[in-house]
Formats: sequence, structure tokens, C-alpha cells
Amino acid sequence: MLEAIAWIGSAFIIAAVGLSIAGAVGVLRFPDVYTRIHAASITDTGAASLMTLGMLLMAGLSPAAIKLCIVWLFIMLTSPAAAHALAGAAFGSGHRPILGDPRRPSEDET
Amino acid sequence: MLAAGVAGLLIAMGLMVVRLLRGPTAYDRVLAVNSFGTKTVLMIALMGFAVGRPDFLDVAIVYALINFISTIALMKVFRLRSLGEPLARLSMSRETPDA
Amino acid sequence: MTRLLAAPEAELVFAALLLTLLAGLVLALLAARSVLTCILLMSVFSLTMALWLMVMDAPDVAFTEASVGAGVSTMILLGAALSSTDVIPSVRPGRFWFPAVACLAAFIGMALALSDLPVFGDPGSPPSSYVGRLYLEHTPHDIGAPNVVTAVLASYRGFDTLGETSVILAAGVGVLLLLGGSLNSRDPVSEDVSLRISAGSPVLSVAARLLIPIICLYAFYVLAHGEFGAGGGFQAGVILAAALILHALVFGVRETMRALPVGVVRSCAALGVLGYASIGFIAILHGGRFLDYDALLSPVFEAGLPSSHLAGGHHHWGQRLGILGIETGVMLAVASTMTAIFYAFAGRVSRSDEAGAA
Repeated sequence: MLEAIAWIGSAFIIAAVGLSIAGAVGVLRFPDVYTRIHAASITDTGAASLMTLGMLLMAGLSPAAIKLCIVWLFIMLTSPAAAHALAGAAFGSGHRPILGDPRRPSEDET
Repeated sequence: MLAAGVAGLLIAMGLMVVRLLRGPTAYDRVLAVNSFGTKTVLMIALMGFAVGRPDFLDVAIVYALINFISTIALMKVFRLRSLGEPLARLSMSRETPDA
Repeated sequence: MTRLLAAPEAELVFAALLLTLLAGLVLALLAARSVLTCILLMSVFSLTMALWLMVMDAPDVAFTEASVGAGVSTMILLGAALSSTDVIPSVRPGRFWFPAVACLAAFIGMALALSDLPVFGDPGSPPSSYVGRLYLEHTPHDIGAPNVVTAVLASYRGFDTLGETSVILAAGVGVLLLLGGSLNSRDPVSEDVSLRISAGSPVLSVAARLLIPIICLYAFYVLAHGEFGAGGGFQAGVILAAALILHALVFGVRETMRALPVGVVRSCAALGVLGYASIGFIAILHGGRFLDYDALLSPVFEAGLPSSHLAGGHHHWGQRLGILGIETGVMLAVASTMTAIFYAFAGRVSRSDEAGAA
């Protein structure tokens, strides 16, 4: 039983790392600032949640588990706020999101 | 297993550095730094878990805090060219713009 | 030492990857032509460096590197970059050769000396043989603090740390003199600027409101916990300053100055060093030597206190009190100095903006 829980925990951690790499590829490949912010912020919070869950499953209840939860709370609080602020700043300084197909930019794009 | 986790995070961090160097806008760079920092936090937590030392998690908490604050500062400098101006009002009722 | 990863080979590959990342960041830093990009790269370098220090099993140093290198020095560099031009002027080729040759010679010298360095974690190496070994052996008996780093910094070498704290204060005074910040807190931000963005961002406001008290609380945890794990007064001071800087970033430096006037911050910087030194003098008044914490409490009083589980027949309440006292002094001095420097930068830039607009 405990063995099975530990395996599920490690599966969560692997999933978190996979999500992290997927997010990094998204940040590298996506066409404009907003899609990149989207890729990074979703995968960051997702990876943090999955990884915390995985480590909690593997470690069980301990003082370290409480600290893990604090780390998770901090990431869940700060990462979306930072992404929001970044997107707001990018929009405020004149960057506009690419609408439509990015490979064929339309004429009315600023 | 944990080795695979650490290696994967390291790859993601390397990709973030590529985005940091390529830009093209300043916000892409700030985003790359922020995401790099979040991955560092996860990595430290994973490393602390791997060696069974909960005091690594203290460092992870500091990273998460510092990462947020420096992202806000960088974003603010790129957007407003200032560190001292407010981004939000302390109180919603006081000092309304039309006062 | 607990192994980080299962196999030593995997650990070696991980270390190699991390060091390659560090080297790549340095090369990118050399190639970057914009000051702000350089600051971003230095922030990332600092994070990676701290990660490397964690791999080297030095969480105390990693803690400092993370909070100072990636946090406060990024703020200070940003403040400095705002006062100058963004583009780094390219160096004329003629002036390139002497530094290049000097750097190459230094690199070759270091590479040659590398073979003489002891293996990482070698128990027979000079740093872990003589006085370092004595510290490790005597700390449980002398100090009773589980974290030997704190025992060495705060108690065995308390006098050195007093000097370092004074250096921080002196450096802060020097920076403030250079920046020419005056004591009367003039409004550094013009009205029209604060009106321009008065719509503000409720998300940032709420996040900052939630975070700032927690960060302050965490700073005090780091202060009190330094005896047991990674942390201490210096790191706590930097974290406290980070909370104040976050307040200033989100709500504007004017609001922060209203809550915590410049004069108060500057006085606190001096008070921190003064408090540290006066603990030393209290020890002298009680018949001990300067910063001899064992003399802080009278033996009769200390005998009445419960014995610590680590003491080994000895009471260490004097050491506890002394370490906590001087760490508080360090925290006060560091937090106030950092905040004062940030005030000076944030106020100065806005003022020059005003002058430019007028």
C-alpha cells in the first residue's frame, strides 16, 4: 500500500517535470509575449502543485510537509500575480497580442 | 527518479535562459527570469527532499519571495523607468484622482 | 554527507550541467550590450550560483546568495541603471589587449593551482583540520547551538561580525553621501505621476497586502531559527528589507516613507550596530570579556533556568541570549541600511525625472 502511494507520488513528480519542460518549450516557441506568459505561468503553478502533491505523497505528514505547503502557497500567490503584472505592463507599454494566425500577420496589426 | 526530476528541471531552466537571451521584448526577458526562478524553487525543494533535509525548504521559500519581488521591480523599471512610483494605491478610498 | 542523487555518476553529470549553465551565463553576460539585460543575467546567475551552493551542501551561504545576490543587489543595480544610460559603450580595440592578457594570465595561474586543492569534503584538508575542526568539536560543549555556522559567526567570531556589521553601516553611509539623499523626506514622486497610474492594479495590491506581513513574520522566523538551521540576522535583515522594498514598489516609495520615515530608518541602522556593541559592553560590566555571552547572565539566575537538552551538563542560556541579541542588532542594521539605500535610489530617480520634465 505504502509502496503504491510512493509510486503514485513519483509519478506526480515526473508529471510535474514534464509539464515544466512543456512550459519551457512553449515559452521558446510561442509567437508573442502574452502566449509566452500564458505558457509559463500555467505550467509553473501546475508543476509546483503536482510536485508538492508528489512529495507530500512520498513523505507523508512531517514538519517538512508543512514547509512544502508553505512553498506551494507562496508560488500559488506570487506566480499568477507576477504574470498578471507582466502582462499588464506589456499591454501598457504598447505591445498588442497577435490575433488570428501568427504565420500570416494581418495588415491591420499595429 | 529524483535524478530524472532534477535533470528535467535543469533542461527547462536551460530553455528559459535561451528565451532570456533571445528576447525580443523586455517582458520576455523578465518572464524568463521569473520562470527560471520558479523552477529553481522547485529544484531546491526537490533536492532538499532527496537528501532529506527540511532546512533546504527555508531557502526555497526565500527564493520564491525574492523571485516575486525582483520580477515586480524589473517589470516596473521596464514599464515606468522608475522604482519609486506606485503601482497600486494603498487605499481605494483615499486620494481619488478627481480630488 | 548524504548523497544528493543515487549514483555518483549522476551527481557528477548534474554538477557538470550546472557549471556549464553558470559558464554560459557568464559568457552571455560578457556579450550583452544592454545594462538592463546584464542585470537580468546577473539575477539569473545569482540564482544558479545559489543552486550550486545548495549542491555543495552550504545552505547558509545559498541563503545569503539568494537574498542578497538575486534580491537586494538586483534592486540596487536597477536603481543605479536608472541613473545612467542603458547601452554599454564598446571598448576600443587598442584598450582591449592588456586586460585580456591579464585575465588570461590569472586564469592560467588559477588553473595550475587547481590541482593543489584538496578534494571536496576531504577531512584532511587544511580548512577542516585545525581551527575548523576545533569549532566542530567544541561547539556542542561551548555554545550549544546545533548550527555550527551560527556559533562561529555570532559567538566565536562575534568581534569579526561586529566589524562586518559596522562595514555594512559604513558602506550605507558612503552610498547615501554619494547619492546626496537629504534627511527631510521631500515628496519624491510628483503628483501627476501618481495620478497617471492611479487606476492601479488590484491584483498586485492584494498580493502585496497578503505577502508583506508574511514576509516580515518569516524574517523573524529566520532570525530566531538561525541557531538551529540556515539563517541568521543578516539574512533576516535582507528579507525584512525585501518586504519594505515590495511595499515601496507596489504602493510607491512615498507611502513607505510615510509609514517609515527616512530619519527613523537611518537611526535604526546606527542603533543596530550600537545594540550589538552594547551587548559586548554588558558582558564586560558583568565581569566577562567583550562579547563573552557566558557572562551575560549571573550564574545564580542561570541555574534557575531549565537545562537545554543539548547542553551536556552545561547551561547555555547566556549564549542563547547573546546570539539572539547580536543577531537582532545585525538584522536591524542590515534591514535599515538596505532600505535607506533603496529610498535614496527610488527618491533620486523620480526627482531627476521631475527635473527632466520641468
